[in-house]
Amino acid sequence: MSTQQSDIPAGAGDAFGTAQPDVLPNGPGAAAILAAGIGSLALGIFAFAGDASPAILRAFNFWSATGPLSGVTSTAVFVWLVAWYWLARSWAGRSVSLVLVNVAAFAMLIAGLLLTFPPFMDLLQGK
Amino acid sequence: MEITFRDLMTVVHGMGFGALFMLAFSGAIGVIYATTVTGARWQPGSRDSGMFRFYLVSMAALAWLTVISGSYVVYPWYRAVPPPGTTDLAGYPQRLLLSNPLTAGWHDLGMEWKEHVAWFAPIAMTMVAYVFIKYGPQLARSRQLRSAVLAFTVVAFIATGVAGAFGAFLNKYAPVRGGADIVLLRGK
Repeated sequence: MSTQQSDIPAGAGDAFGTAQPDVLPNGPGAAAILAAGIGSLALGIFAFAGDASPAILRAFNFWSATGPLSGVTSTAVFVWLVAWYWLARSWAGRSVSLVLVNVAAFAMLIAGLLLTFPPFMDLLQGK
Repeated sequence: MEITFRDLMTVVHGMGFGALFMLAFSGAIGVIYATTVTGARWQPGSRDSGMFRFYLVSMAALAWLTVISGSYVVYPWYRAVPPPGTTDLAGYPQRLLLSNPLTAGWHDLGMEWKEHVAWFAPIAMTMVAYVFIKYGPQLARSRQLRSAVLAFTVVAFIATGVAGAFGAFLNKYAPVRGGADIVLLRGK
């Protein structure tokens, strides 16, 4: 992701009563947004993979009472948090192209949603 | 007036956490939309900002409580496997739904989608709360950040609506019941 000038201009106010720099780079916000997209896509991919493969379904059975849902969701949350941590470290103090980040994050969010929709899962598997 | 323990936990999950979270969307979307429309002119006072920050953190917490209680408290009761030879499936909601072709879709489509789609909401709302806390009033000057949080909030609202609606229907056709009876009020 290329760096660019932040779209947050200098001189922003301090409504929280805490000392803040004039300009906050958008990197931390972009990291949170893109990580949310990655976590959403991971959730969709894991849900779809569990539906398509009995072996993967069994592998996601982390806690038998909840079944494969336990593995699908906890692994997706783990991916989301790791992605957020890594992106936040990489983009700390930087400004990135938020247009690209938003498009990528929203595309991953929609793809993740579709991959959890049972008729769409069946369509992809030719059922 | 009594209620079973499982009924009570289902109510706590659906009405206590889920419905409250769902109701909170109207305020969140309203404020986020207002910042989008007014742009750089949006300059909330410190009290307003603090209140909205608390509001979003509460929403994210409610979202997590909803999915965790649903997945790890109520869902195991829903998907419980009856012993061989069981004919009364009232205590086994998933099996009860699947036993009839006219109700099987409530599980195959309803629960199969609900159990996953609900998890988009806490991820999205945690991000939204973080961005608002991180940027505060500076958010008014960043259209791209505002667009992202608004889009994720709207999708989280839709995901919550899907999960909540199916949850209500599922609990109507195959309620999660059982456990100890809790007497709330004794009749005269």
